[in-house]
Amino acid sequence: MSLFASGNQTVGPYLHIGLDWLTTRDIAGKRIKGERVAIAGRLLDGNGNGVNDGLIEVWQANAAGKYAHPEDPQKKPIEKGWRGFGRVPTDARGGFRFTTIKPGRVPGPGESLQAPHLVVAVFMRGMLKHLATRIYFPDEAAANAEDPILKLVPAARRGTLIPKKEGKTLEWDIVLQGKNETVFFDY
Amino acid sequence: MKGIVGYRRPFPGTQPDYNYPPYASTQKRCPTQALVLPPQTLSEITGPVFGHGDVKPGDSDLTRQHKGDPIGERIVVSGRVLDENGRAVPNTLVELWQANSSGRYPHPTDQHNAPLDPNFSGAGRTVTDAEGRYRFITIRPGEYPWRNHYNAWRPAHIHFSLFGQAFLTRMVTQMYFPGDPLLPYDPMFTCIANEAARNRLVSVFDWETTIPEQALGYRFDIVLRGREQTPMEKMP
Repeated sequence: MSLFASGNQTVGPYLHIGLDWLTTRDIAGKRIKGERVAIAGRLLDGNGNGVNDGLIEVWQANAAGKYAHPEDPQKKPIEKGWRGFGRVPTDARGGFRFTTIKPGRVPGPGESLQAPHLVVAVFMRGMLKHLATRIYFPDEAAANAEDPILKLVPAARRGTLIPKKEGKTLEWDIVLQGKNETVFFDY
Repeated sequence: MKGIVGYRRPFPGTQPDYNYPPYASTQKRCPTQALVLPPQTLSEITGPVFGHGDVKPGDSDLTRQHKGDPIGERIVVSGRVLDENGRAVPNTLVELWQANSSGRYPHPTDQHNAPLDPNFSGAGRTVTDAEGRYRFITIRPGEYPWRNHYNAWRPAHIHFSLFGQAFLTRMVTQMYFPGDPLLPYDPMFTCIANEAARNRLVSVFDWETTIPEQALGYRFDIVLRGREQTPMEKMP
């Protein structure tokens, strides 16, 4: 039996009514092991204006590089209570902020190893299907240089996936259009 | 890592494009550079796992969230969540939100001149059972105007959000009602080029789930992306 998937549709302007109950801005909580990171930025439209009716979702491995999912076959430790999911609505300025732990490295295609990264889904009014992107880490230059996914991104655009460290915060904007347009993936 | 069984690419015409000019807001919110097509990795074939402990039994009845009964026509919205290989997607989170019976959302940016209903919030959620089934009780949502083009009205619709078993199966969609005369004029509906795929978003009246003297039933089956190869089944 073969079907085709249902069509995606925009979340529309009133997404918060249905989705805010699962808002998770602190992905790791206090008891999970790992290096704490805070990631903040703005979701910006083609006019450079903040998108105030948007939402991002984050999916990540724990500090050992293990996903809380039955299809992760790795023999690595995973803490009770670790889910690895964040949901962060944008504010009136299109801003978002969340805290988590830096994930460990997970396997990539073949024998490769991926650099620590978060996968991110972006939802908003005016977008008919969510966009997928990734967040890498600025203090992982060596791992980033050999990351099998970053290698597929034109070198000039790789920086859009790597936040800048400003004090204790990693600053990362999602830019939908223009000169610094964020790299989005189509799987 | 070897042994990754990926998810199928969409069949042409069955998914919307990011840039769809009839839906004006896409113009400043669609990427302008080519998307990068990477291989699917462990990071994308996994995804957040939710279960029955994440929802309360009453979360799926939107008519029982306040002291009084909401105004409008009670309906049962139910169906199955399947993958492209026709297999049930069990134990997956389904979130839903919608306007009230007069076409108004209890949201500060909704300024439509139609009454709010103090007995209707318009949000629900549930988790599918072992056969991928879900069921909500709610109120038939009203149509409402929007400013996309002259005299633009959204057909009656219910927003659905689903996770499935992977980051790659994440889906947000909308359910429409059979026979709605606004559908051909609605860019959200027409953004899907393939007619059969478009009509997949229209629920069907369902006699079997209709509750006598209580509520009409509408069936809405949702298909999430499926695996490229399915494990070989043993031949007899």
